[in-house]
Parts: sequence; structure tokens; C-alpha cells
Amino acid sequence: MSGNLLRIESLVVQFGGVCAVNGLNLEIENSEIIGLIGPNGAGKTTAFNVITGMVKPTTGKVYFLNNEITGKTAPFIARSGIARTFQNIRLYDDLTVIENVMVAAHSSVSYSFPEAILGIGRFGRDERRIRIKSMELLEMMGLERLASEKADSLPYGSQRKLEIARALALEPKLLLLDEPVAGMNPAETSDFAEFILKLRDNMTIGIGLIEHDMSFVMNVCDRMKVIDHGVEIAWGDPQHIRNNQRVIKAYLGEG
Amino acid sequence: MVKENPTRDKLLTYMAVAALLIFLWYAESHFSQYSLRIINNIGIFIVLAVSYNLINGIAGQFSLGTNAFLAVGAYTSAIFTLSPEEKIRSFIIEPMIWPLSEISLSFPLSLLLAGVVTALIALLVALPVFRVRGDYLAIVTLGFGEVVQVVANNVVSVTNGPLGIKGLAPHTNIWWSWGICIFTVYCVVRLINSSYGRAMKAVREDETAAEAMGINAFRIKTLAFTCSAFFQGVAGGLLAHLITTISPSLFTFMLTFNLLIIIVIGGLGSTTGAVLSAILITWGSEALRIVEEPFTFFGYDYSGIPGMRMVLFSIILILVMLFARRGIMGRNEFKWSVLLNRFGRQSKSEARTS
Amino acid sequence: MDIGFATQQIIYGLTVGCLYGLLAIGYTMVYGVLRLINFAHGDLLMVSAYVAFFGIVIFSFPWPLAFAGAALITGFIGILIDRGAYKPIRKSPRISALITAIGVSFLLENLALVIIGGRPKPFPIPMLFEGSLSVGQVKLPILSIWVLAVTTVLLMIVLAIINKTRIGMAMRALSRDMETVSLMGIDVNRVISFTFALGSMLAAFGGVMWCMKYPAIEPFMGVIPGLKAFVAAVLGGIGNVTGAAIGGLILGLAEVLIVAVQPDWSGYRDAIAFCIMIFILLTRPTGIMGQKLPD
Repeated sequence: MSGNLLRIESLVVQFGGVCAVNGLNLEIENSEIIGLIGPNGAGKTTAFNVITGMVKPTTGKVYFLNNEITGKTAPFIARSGIARTFQNIRLYDDLTVIENVMVAAHSSVSYSFPEAILGIGRFGRDERRIRIKSMELLEMMGLERLASEKADSLPYGSQRKLEIARALALEPKLLLLDEPVAGMNPAETSDFAEFILKLRDNMTIGIGLIEHDMSFVMNVCDRMKVIDHGVEIAWGDPQHIRNNQRVIKAYLGEG
Repeated sequence: MVKENPTRDKLLTYMAVAALLIFLWYAESHFSQYSLRIINNIGIFIVLAVSYNLINGIAGQFSLGTNAFLAVGAYTSAIFTLSPEEKIRSFIIEPMIWPLSEISLSFPLSLLLAGVVTALIALLVALPVFRVRGDYLAIVTLGFGEVVQVVANNVVSVTNGPLGIKGLAPHTNIWWSWGICIFTVYCVVRLINSSYGRAMKAVREDETAAEAMGINAFRIKTLAFTCSAFFQGVAGGLLAHLITTISPSLFTFMLTFNLLIIIVIGGLGSTTGAVLSAILITWGSEALRIVEEPFTFFGYDYSGIPGMRMVLFSIILILVMLFARRGIMGRNEFKWSVLLNRFGRQSKSEARTS
Repeated sequence: MDIGFATQQIIYGLTVGCLYGLLAIGYTMVYGVLRLINFAHGDLLMVSAYVAFFGIVIFSFPWPLAFAGAALITGFIGILIDRGAYKPIRKSPRISALITAIGVSFLLENLALVIIGGRPKPFPIPMLFEGSLSVGQVKLPILSIWVLAVTTVLLMIVLAIINKTRIGMAMRALSRDMETVSLMGIDVNRVISFTFALGSMLAAFGGVMWCMKYPAIEPFMGVIPGLKAFVAAVLGGIGNVTGAAIGGLILGLAEVLIVAVQPDWSGYRDAIAFCIMIFILLTRPTGIMGQKLPD
């Protein structure tokens, strides 16, 4: 039981009378890439929202590094090491690219509010540190030349990358990606697959991802969970999932 | 193309501030009382506009409580600068309660206290409001404005009720108003360019995404609101000692409305815009007084129409919101490099034409 | 406190409460469909008061005609406000709409000041609404009976419209999701206009009865009732019509009874609504009958 990065136990989420997630269990280990797949409306994003504290579950428990985080606030969970991206990209549109990343470094700031408004003490040193770190993350994602552009002026693919850079600025132990390659062309997608694998190896970070692009998922995930209508229908490595009859049926049934 | 250059920009800023101080020094000895009063007003309105823009434009939380915070600051500072004898003389309905009746502080200390007391009261307002998402701040601060009037009218042993407080020493001069103006602009600009300021903007842009990045939106909003109230309280103290008489009816919603117009025209979210617009509007509304006063035009006598100025202002506000929502500056800030580039291009083209 | 006095005060409180309630229903309906605090809503009370006043005093219309005219014209102005000021910025950030709303409110107040002047005018109360019945020791003002009856009837009508008619269904759908409704082929702007018209007419009825209760009309008379009506709407659960009426009644009773028990506090009467607002935010931000405000 111990040694999990993330553990979800029999999670149930109901909205009004509708059951979005029904008895989901999930474990993510350190340095592991887990895929969460299933048809639209299967409850994948809802599961992410519960993990990150944006939705309160009806019943069930979420543990992160063996501490219960069920029902904790979103900023608390983010600061304890879970970062995420959003399916429909939620950048701070009117801020510059580098500012977007620097926002996520706020929790690592050591200077106080008075130091900030007077521009004294730890302010200068810390501000430089954050800026350098954010620039490194932008370089990692190949966005360094766009650093002082407004976030909403970026093309779609770059916005997705910026969202990941921003998430990494939190220095998370677990990264949750909600449809990271949606809208990317095959070349970009395979580049991104490479990037994810490198990220996992270099940073010892657990990754959970929701994705519809099956070849991408099969490529990068160590194990995956298939859910439909909030219920788990399959769990295992890509080889196992590929041959699972229920999975094939669920996908074909959805058309 | 001139690039940003921190050392040069800092030097230019110091020079600009020095030029401003020389101008003030010249104005003090050469300008009329009337002009000096407008210069004082402009200084105070810059403090108000910049701090009001902090909560509305930077943090994106719609507050309508500036008149209330001004009142709190004005009363606090006035209560502390009056001497015990003056308090006995002015408080004729009910004597002032002890220990306030005995305390008398210097002007700077009372200004500081005005800021601190206003910030604390703002904190008390913020705690219930920001617990909940939604537009409650607007309505609660609007209601708070009424409550402050009610309190100022009824807690006679502290505020002297509807009579107000008269005979304050005219401590506020252009050095005080512009000194605090420069200090406020410095602090707010620093704040905006710090991690706290970025967090405020992130909350404005997308509260959910800000929280997902570890920003405690409740704390950040409270910080912006309290900080804004601090400066508004100080401005209240300055105002009280400029006009030397304060009463509950002075701090109406009209004040907040004027500030709203200032920050909207300047460009909601731009500190530069707030400063420019505060100068423009404070000046302009002096000129607009004409529409409310009787005047003669081509031999005809027009009687002044009360409320006309506010009708014009409301129409301007609505038109700006509908057709020019970015105001003068949008959300851009002043940069020396931008100015130098424009300047450079001009002189270059002039050189070419000559 | 003797029973007679208590009953008297309760009647008084219910009367004021009904007026807050009528205003609160309009607030809550507009909030429901647009998620906008229509700051100008309180000023419609003033508009209807002036229209009725001019109808009776200047044009010497019989009062039923003047009152009906006040309701219609106020309803029309409600639509005008939406079309002119809010519709162009439906897709803009929320703060823009709020600022515009404040601008509209200020424009109405100051236009009234410019056109009519700031001096309070005495409202001519029709005979039918004057006097009072005596029931034992309790004096029952005729106006109170009217206010209670009219409010009850109007609430019934509004609930019937919302629950039983097509346009009411569209309003309810709109309060949940604007995009889906426009996809369903419903003319969203027509529904919004209807909501403004209905809410404004309720405010007009409230306004006419308000100035028979407090018969001095002036340009800023709608500001405080407007603020209080919003508190009533939040207290009842914003977006919920029945809640708004109940919130209004509770607020009216609270104001009157607190001052009745503690006459020393009469100066603080206008602060009671604010305290209630803070209390709701701390304990039950969704109000008595409401759901959560979405982001």
C-alpha cells in the first residue's frame, strides 16, 4: 500500500442526480505514466477535478504521498505538489508568457508583502531566481523567444506547451495533463510523446493523462485505466488494453 | 530602436521625479491659491485612482467603497490631530469619549493611523465577502458606504454627528500631497511587478486556474483590497487637512463614481492610465464646473443646472464602456523605451524633412 | 410589549417588506438570466414614482390610468436600458457590465435631478388608499392592505408566468445556460427583454406604493431601497423569485421590529440590511432558497 504517489479509493461524484464518477479506484506510482481513457462524458475530467480540489467528491478518499487530501482546497493541493493543465486551456490571457509561468512560482516566493511593495530585502534576489527558473522552463518547451508576448497571442500548440511550463513551475511531484495533444498534428504529437518520456526520466515525476489519441496513449503510458459512465471497465498495460473486449465494445459502441 | 535598459530607465525616472519636485517648488511660490489647490487635489486624486485601480483593475474585484474608506481615513486623522482643547470646543452636542478626547498626535502619525485603521476596517469587510465567489463585493462596499454615513451621523461622541469636524489645521500642502502621491505610485508599481501583483492579475484573469497553480485567491483578493484601502485612508487624511472641515455628507457615492470614471478612462488595470486620467479629469472637472454655474454666453444668461456635470460624466462612462473599453492606456504601462522610441522616430523624421 | 403594539409593528414591517420584495423579485430575475447586478433597478422605483406623479398632478389623469402608465413606461425604460447599455456588452468581462450598470443608475438619478430638480415633491395619495380600519386596538392602514394584496397577486402572476408559460420556461432555461438556449432556437434577447420588462413593472408597482407610504419623491429615493432589495434577494437566494419575496418580508420585519424594540437604534435603521448581508455571507451564502452563484 505504501509508496504510492497518488491513491484514489472508491470515488463517487454526483451532480444533482447524475453520477459522473462511480466507485473509481486509481493508483499512480512515482515515475509512472498513467493514462485515463474513455468516451466523452466518462468522468475523466471530473476525476482530475476531484484530485486537484476543484470538485468535492460525494464519497471516497484521495491520498497523496499517503496523506489524505480529500476535500482540501485547490491551492493547498497545488502547493503540496499536484499540478495540472486544462482540457480547454486556461491561461492568464492578458499576462505575458513568462508572467504566466512566474505566477505558478508564487508559492516558492520567500519575500513578504512589505518587502514586495518597498522593493527591499529578499525581493530582488528572489525575483531574479523566479525569472531565471521560468525562463529555463520556457526554453525547455521551446517558448523562450515568445517570453514577452501576451499569452492569448500564441498559436494553439504553443498555448498547450505554455500550460505545461506553467504547471512545471509549481515543481510538482504529480502532473495531470488533460488532453495534452488535442489539436496537435502527428509530428507534434510524436515530439510531445518523446518530451513526456524525457520529463518523467529527468524529473522523477508521476504523470496522469487523459487523452483520446490512442496511439499516443499506447506509446507513452506504462499502464492505463479505461472508464465509461464513471465506472472502470479495464486496467492494465497497453498490450492488455488493446486486446480487451469490453474496451473495444465501449469505443465501438460510442461510435 | 531603443531597448529597455534598467540603469538608464532608473536614471531617467530619478530625473523626472527631480523635475517634478522643481516644478512643485516653483509652483508653491508663484502660483495662485486656486491653482495650488487644484495641484493638491490632483496629487490626492492620483493616490486615490492608483489605489482604486489596484483592486478594480489589477485584482479585478469590483469595489465601490472608496468614499467610505476616504471617510474613515479623514475622520481618523481629524480626530487625532485636533488638540484636546479644540475637541472640547467643537464637540458641543456630546463631549468626545475618553481616551480619544485626550489624545493628540502629529500630522504624519495621524496619516499613518488613518491608513492603518482604514485597512483594518477593509479587512473586516473583506473576510466575509471574499469567502464567497461572485459579485458580492460591489454591493457590500456600496452598502458599507451607507453604513459609514449612518455611523458618522449617529456616533456623535466620536464623529460629532451631522455637525462634522471643523477647524482642522491646514497641514496638507503640495509637499505632503505629492510626497504621498509619489510614495503610493512607487509602492503600487513595485507591488504590480512582484509575485503578489502577478498573483492578483492571475486571479483577475482566471480564478480557477490561479487556484490550480497554488494561489490562495481569498488571501490575494483580501491583500489587494486591504492595501488599496490603506492608501485611500491616507488620502482621506490628506483631504481632511486640505479642506479643514469634514462632515458625513461630504463622502457621498459621487466620489467613488468620479474615481470609477477616472480609472475606466485611464484604462482599467493600467497604473499609468490611472495617473494620466486622474490629472486629466481632476483638471477637466474644474473646467466643467461651468455647466453648473450661471454663466453668460453670447449675451444670453444661462442659469446653472445642478446635476448636469454628473449627467455628462455618466454618459461618458457608459460610452467609454460600450465603445472604448480599453480607455487611454488599455492595460499597458509607461516604459521609457517606448517613449524614447517615439521621440527618436519623430526627431529622425524631422531630420529627414529638413 | 403589548399585543396591540406588536401587531401594529408587524403589519408595518410586512408592508415595508412587501415593497422590498417587489423590488427584489426584479433584481433576482435579471440576475437569474444575465448574472448581472442591475444597479439601475432601484432607480426604476424613482422613475415610476415621477411618472405617476406627473400623470396625476400635471396631466390630471385619474389615478388608475396614471399608475398603469407608470408601470408601462417603467417597463419600457427597463427594456430600453437593457437594449442600450447591457446588450452591446453581453460577451465582455463581467466587470464591464457592472460598471455600465452603475453608470446607468447614476445617469437616471442625475437626469431626474436635471429635468425635475432636487426638491422633494409631495405625492398626491388617492382617497382610496388613505385612512385606516380599526380592529380592536390595532389600526390597520388601508394602504397596508393594498400593499399586501397587490404583492400577493403580483407574486402569483410572476410565478405563473415563470412556471406555466413558454417564455417563463425559456427564462428558467436561460438562468442555467445561455449557449444551449440560443442553440435551441429561442430568441435569447427577446427573453431577456421580457425579463427586464417584467422586473421593471414590478419595481414600478413597488415604486407607486412606496411613494404612497413615504409621500416625498426625489431623484435619489431609489438608491437605499434598491440596495436593501438586493440584500433581500441574496437573503432569499439570488435567482429565486419566491425567495426574493420572503427575503423582502424578513428584511422589512427585521428593520421595523428591531427599531420598535430598541427605539434608540432608529438612527441605525439603514445599517440593519448591511449587517444581515454580512451575516448571510458568513453563514449561508446561497440564501434561504437559492443555489450557489456560479463563477
